[in-house]
Amino acid sequence: MSEIELDARNILCPLPVIRTQDKINSMAVNDILVVHCTDPGAIVDIPTWCRINGHEVLGIDEQDRDIAIRIKVCES
Amino acid sequence: MQQRKAVALVSGGLDSMLAAKVIQEQGVHVEGINFFTGFCVEGHTHAIRKKDKAKPKRNNALWVAEQLGMKLHIIDVIEEYKDVVLNPKHGYGANLNPCLDCKVFMVSKAVEWARKHGFDFIITGEVIGQRPMSQRKQTMPIVSAESGAEDLLLRPLCAKNLPETKPEREGWVNRDQLHDFSGRSRKPQFALAREFGFTDWAQPAGGCCFLTDAQYSVKLSDLWQARGKRQYEIDDIMLLKVGRHIRPRPHFKLIIGREEGENRFMEGYRKQFIHLKTVSHMGPLALLDGVANEDDLQLAARIVARYSQGRDADQVRVEITRINETPYEIDVAPIHSDDIKEGWVL
Repeated sequence: MSEIELDARNILCPLPVIRTQDKINSMAVNDILVVHCTDPGAIVDIPTWCRINGHEVLGIDEQDRDIAIRIKVCES
Repeated sequence: MQQRKAVALVSGGLDSMLAAKVIQEQGVHVEGINFFTGFCVEGHTHAIRKKDKAKPKRNNALWVAEQLGMKLHIIDVIEEYKDVVLNPKHGYGANLNPCLDCKVFMVSKAVEWARKHGFDFIITGEVIGQRPMSQRKQTMPIVSAESGAEDLLLRPLCAKNLPETKPEREGWVNRDQLHDFSGRSRKPQFALAREFGFTDWAQPAGGCCFLTDAQYSVKLSDLWQARGKRQYEIDDIMLLKVGRHIRPRPHFKLIIGREEGENRFMEGYRKQFIHLKTVSHMGPLALLDGVANEDDLQLAARIVARYSQGRDADQVRVEITRINETPYEIDVAPIHSDDIKEGWVL
């Protein structure tokens, strides 16, 4: 199991979702991805993408403009 | 019997949602595909503008996929799409919208994706007569042929008005359960939505693409003219969506934030552009796109001051930062609104 950080700051949705999708597609089951973004739309869109594609959002941490979304890669 | 698989082009609007649902109802496994061209209205401006923060932010294509319980694949086609925008074989619509070429491109990408992932056919939410350029009876076979989809492209909402496709002939779907919608009326779609129990769907005003917007197209044309070449990068087309664009001289324009959300978004571009900010009064951030000598910067500062809270003051202090240089300040008289020439504001 590995943990990977993805910098998706200063890009707007759906690009953070696309970056997340493309990264997760290259990761193994049970790996953890932490996506860092600044577009507030990502708070809705990335968890939605995770739900429909069967991955688990472990937590969302918001610090002013910075948003960190922690995702566990699941079998999908 | 083998369960067939279809990939549905999902824009986030009602028609593509209904088309996917109609095929799901026939027992076909459907997954959605959505292409990001850079010109998609979806998401961006809501994310940028602070005044929109109260509105719910959702990507409608993702929302549709969740409502239908299907996967959605969002594909970045920014680079490949440039050729569609710059060299549309079938020309533009009322603005810089290459709708027919766009449809051909997207269906061809869906065909490519379907082949790679072992899907049997492609579905779209097209309805004959719904759109003046891309959704006409004459254009339907063009899209099927030029995309390479041929008879693997099924339009469930108007299939009965079109020749049988392979999914119908082979019995993968039942033609009797498809539809014969046509024309611009949305009533049949609303009725079908109610039949499926849908109570919410996106109703984008003015379409899903900035290229259909007259003002956006003017700004894109201006960009090409000023640079002397018809090219763009993703940052260019993002910045056309924000701020006031004022071109007082052929060799430079100003992008002036209209509110806090835009200013914050534009802050991310400060290293790439000369930028100006009022310091004696509250005011917007302005990016200067192009080249500017000291006289140009003086004029730019006066324009920026005009959009600050010091617009009625005798003097406003403006900080100017050239790329990779130390900021400096100048005092200027805000330009009078009468001196902002017709044609400067894009």
